[in-house]
Amino acid sequence: MPYLLRRFIQSFILLFFLISFVFVVGRIIGDPALIMLGTSASETALDQLRENLGLNQPIWQQYLVFLSDLTQGDFGVSFRYGFSMMPSDALRSEGTPVLPIVLSRLPATFMLAGTSLVFAFSLAVVLGCLAAMHPRSWIDNLVNVISLASVSLVQFWLGLILIIIFSVHMGILPTGGFGTWQHLILPALTLAARPLGRISQVVRSAMLDELSKPYISAARAKGVPEWRVVFVHALKNASIPIVTITGDELSQLLTGAMLVETVFAWPGVGLLLIDSLGRRDLPMVQAGICVVAALVIFVNLAVDFAYTVLNPRIQMDNRGGRA
Amino acid sequence: MSAVQTNTVPQVEEHDRAASITGRAYLSALMRDRVAFIAAIFLTLLLIAAAGADFLAPYDPNRANLGARFIAPFGTARDGGFHLLGTDELGRDLFSRLMHGARVSMSIGLLGALCSGAVGITLGVLAGFYRGLLEDLLMRAVDGMMALPSLLIALFILFVIGPGFGNLILIFTLLHWMVFARMARSLTLNHQQHTYITAARAIGASDTRIILTHLLPNMVSPLIVLFTLEIAVLILSEASLSFLGFGVQAPQSSWGLMIARGREYISSAWWLVVMPGAAIFLTALALNLVAAWARAITDPVQRWRWLTPPRRKNQPIEDDE
Repeated sequence: MPYLLRRFIQSFILLFFLISFVFVVGRIIGDPALIMLGTSASETALDQLRENLGLNQPIWQQYLVFLSDLTQGDFGVSFRYGFSMMPSDALRSEGTPVLPIVLSRLPATFMLAGTSLVFAFSLAVVLGCLAAMHPRSWIDNLVNVISLASVSLVQFWLGLILIIIFSVHMGILPTGGFGTWQHLILPALTLAARPLGRISQVVRSAMLDELSKPYISAARAKGVPEWRVVFVHALKNASIPIVTITGDELSQLLTGAMLVETVFAWPGVGLLLIDSLGRRDLPMVQAGICVVAALVIFVNLAVDFAYTVLNPRIQMDNRGGRA
Repeated sequence: MSAVQTNTVPQVEEHDRAASITGRAYLSALMRDRVAFIAAIFLTLLLIAAAGADFLAPYDPNRANLGARFIAPFGTARDGGFHLLGTDELGRDLFSRLMHGARVSMSIGLLGALCSGAVGITLGVLAGFYRGLLEDLLMRAVDGMMALPSLLIALFILFVIGPGFGNLILIFTLLHWMVFARMARSLTLNHQQHTYITAARAIGASDTRIILTHLLPNMVSPLIVLFTLEIAVLILSEASLSFLGFGVQAPQSSWGLMIARGREYISSAWWLVVMPGAAIFLTALALNLVAAWARAITDPVQRWRWLTPPRRKNQPIEDDE
């Protein structure tokens, strides 16, 4: 257990650094009043807002207030969300708390990222295994092409291409929005391209490694059917690199979703963040970043936990890092 | 079978082969790998197009011509002007705009990779060379920062300090030095165990001299591969940030920004979205292919296969996919 405990503490420290970073960038490098009101705001309005947000206090005191608010789940209030204009005499109590809004957008993002990952992962495992079973065949080449293309692609462009083909020309799928299963197809496909390429490449090379090992020959000699040798015996032992890359890709998906949500008007955290950036809604942006980054850190921790289940030897490792 | 036989060549020949590796050998090796060759040609043309956009572009990229709006690729305007990739909503020639956009996208990729590389390699070499507390702290920082969503953080910083060319380079340096640091450190650790470093130290070479004239030259090839890959990564990130409105700003134009603009006309003028994206895709693809080739050719275990002329028909060239 000490390994996992240490990883847990590391993740916590990282999260703390991130929150402090958000504070430093937002409050010290930038001027929150200026960020929220824009450069055209009058000096009186800026002073008023500074007064209301407690920005006139010493910076360390602001930091402590910021931290203690966070521990109570208070990321501040938004004066922009749901308002058409900035109320000039905005008081702290009048805005909308931001955290519930961010959290309410999470299910849509999870739905999108989850669908993409399940689709990409299952297809990638099948493709990767087939490629490893038949090196230099057309399917092996296909896996190579997909993986090379997927790292050279900007996802939002792929999304727009899919819109042009399936929505504009063929007219069979909606260009964006949320609701029915048809709305999910294009964004999920767009988001799945990158993990599909990366995971299938890793599956292929891990499986090539495993399939050349003696225990595979032993299983074949015993008369185990080939599909069982590949998908049961070899795949289980090839699972560690596959889990690593899938975890990496999942954290990539959570941020990649930001662009795809923007393209397809999918109402997840990513779209909220981009909209809030456009509205200059600092508290909402801070909350969104903290929540998404916390998720990413949590995913990384979960992957490490999965290792210890898949490979008990890792617990003995004293260095603590990933292989 | 032939690979197995040639693999067991005596050690003596290794030296001759190493001596015969010249620039020409590299060139002919490049020409034998058809895919990498095409990718390299593409990148060369792209660099020429980007550098000489002012003279080479068929039209002024910013000259609006309202009589020639939304001309499809290979179309001719009423005034007789031929537009290879069509025109945009103001009648500006898309091909010329792509050439000028290439300059912005490529220079951001190159400068960003240079700056982050300089920072990362310096820190990584120092950490690997002096070890101790510096190394511990640095590697913790690297691990931590690699675990964070960089696009998100880039957006937040740009949101606070404002978008623009210079700020983009700053952000990329801040968020991409870690890969270089990690690799430079492990290469330094690796090379330090070699006897030539011990020998240099024994004859009294200073630390600076060992690092600059002994360590770094030996680390160049893997770092160049990484550098090439990073350019591709940065071009993609720049496109994403510009697409979201936090990258390159209006009078300047990059490929990502062009996609964002073209998006409004997606139902009528598909080429405004497809072409800039295709430019990004092909550039990143070419960079990846060249990097893969450079990795194979600089790998001491593999490179003899590439640098010696083929004797048989089934030469050891990888699949041409």
